[in-house]
Amino acid sequence: MLKRQEVKIVGMGGQGIMVIGQLLAHAALIEGANVVWFPCYGPETRGGLAECTVIISSDEIGSPVTSTPDTLIAMTQPLLDKFAPTVKPGGVIFVNTSLAQPPKYRDDCKIVEIPANDIATELSNPKTANMVMLGGYVELMKPVKLESLKASLKEVLPEHNHRFIPINNTALDKGAEVTSR
Amino acid sequence: MTNRKLMKGNEAICYGAIAGRCDAFFGYPITPQNEIPELMSTLMPDNGHVCLQAESEVSAINMVYGAASTGKRAMTSSSSPGISLKQEGISYIAAAELPCVIVNVQRGGPGLGNTQAGQADYFQTVKGGGHGDYKVITLAPWSVQECYDFMPLAFDLADEYRGPVAILMDAIIGQMLEAVELHDNFEIVDRPKPWAVTGMRERDHNVVNSLWIDVNVMEEVNLRLQARYREAEKNEVRYAEYKVEDADMVFVAYGCSARVCRTVVDLAREEGIKLGLFRPVSLYPFPSNRIAQITKSGCSFMAVEMSCGQMVEDVRLAVNGASEVLFYGRTGGVVPTPTEILDYVKQVYDIAANPTS
Repeated sequence: MLKRQEVKIVGMGGQGIMVIGQLLAHAALIEGANVVWFPCYGPETRGGLAECTVIISSDEIGSPVTSTPDTLIAMTQPLLDKFAPTVKPGGVIFVNTSLAQPPKYRDDCKIVEIPANDIATELSNPKTANMVMLGGYVELMKPVKLESLKASLKEVLPEHNHRFIPINNTALDKGAEVTSR
Repeated sequence: MTNRKLMKGNEAICYGAIAGRCDAFFGYPITPQNEIPELMSTLMPDNGHVCLQAESEVSAINMVYGAASTGKRAMTSSSSPGISLKQEGISYIAAAELPCVIVNVQRGGPGLGNTQAGQADYFQTVKGGGHGDYKVITLAPWSVQECYDFMPLAFDLADEYRGPVAILMDAIIGQMLEAVELHDNFEIVDRPKPWAVTGMRERDHNVVNSLWIDVNVMEEVNLRLQARYREAEKNEVRYAEYKVEDADMVFVAYGCSARVCRTVVDLAREEGIKLGLFRPVSLYPFPSNRIAQITKSGCSFMAVEMSCGQMVEDVRLAVNGASEVLFYGRTGGVVPTPTEILDYVKQVYDIAANPTS
């Protein structure tokens, strides 16, 4: 496990930004790490800005906010444009290339392209694009184990959505396949 | 780690209230504290207690007034504009010498402001936001764990000092997810409440009141309140320190700002800048004596707040001219980041460390 990981997950309301952040936080919890998840969103249920920060550390965590994350997971173009300049030099930017163009101007960062909506649509459930991105991120950066994410689904998703756990597991695996290649 | 659960600060407040044997919750919706009434609406009835959504904040605080009169443990929660509406009721509760707990998850202000995090209700909370000579014992959690731990403490303090106790949070502490251990290591003190209005039966008439027409009687009430505040100032000062011993400059910060400052202390020390963090946990009573002791090491201070500078006045009173007291603040819902605070420290550090040069 990494000593400390600061990841910012951004997109638009309705894309499941908060839930993948919570899933990551829960996975870190069951692996015994210290973790903080913090949300920031507008008053809209869908379509507004949605942003969350997850900090995972083996040490006690001070600030729950960061202006310079190590990693950015961007689900849409406007939010990618807003946050790509904030990533630490040498950081990693995961881009949902179904909806956003990779930020070529950040040639000091590693840019990982995942066509998450296309992959999710192939799975016949476009709503799982968030899980595809999360799977890709976890496989490459290994802040937690993919298995811990899967074990967290039943804790993080409300009971009436537990029927979607199998398709979410598949989406996590599909995302992981992209970055393990 | 077996008992660790991931939850928001607002949710931990609710479990803490249950652990503190809260009998009644009265609330009214406002972001960023909505998780509290939402969770209380199931948690309280499930545990055989009362939860009621009032028709306004004014109504909710007066329901607290009523429930507290009967000797029950009562609480309310809200966020900045809602807490402003409650001030009249808080003053009445203080004058009627009733225990209760008030949770304020501060947002950006003034006015209706916004739903992001703020700390600009410090004056309102610790200097008495309502009218009259009263004080509110105030606890400021900086983690989800403390949100849980401080609720039973708040109810105990309210009973002991017979007055309102505030939990002063902000949108980040309330809404962030963090691990919390829902332990039961609390020694809840069941104080007799012979003043409670519970039906007269064989005893004398009990009167709960804040209207005292006779000025001499009203002065007596005030002197009784002040005597309790002096006791609280002696016994209930709480604070925490991080790397203060050898620090050249000590941050003074509470809640979310203190979390950010803790990170700045570590970042600065990697660069050889000796910073420390002093965190008042009780904002009233303020840990003035300890701050005065720290000045003897010759360090300077920097108050960091999500306000234009409120707690810094109490720091200056405590330091009393013995050292330099600087201030850094962001306001209106903006949370300062560790890097911007560190940059500001570097700008002023040399001057502060060598004031004569």
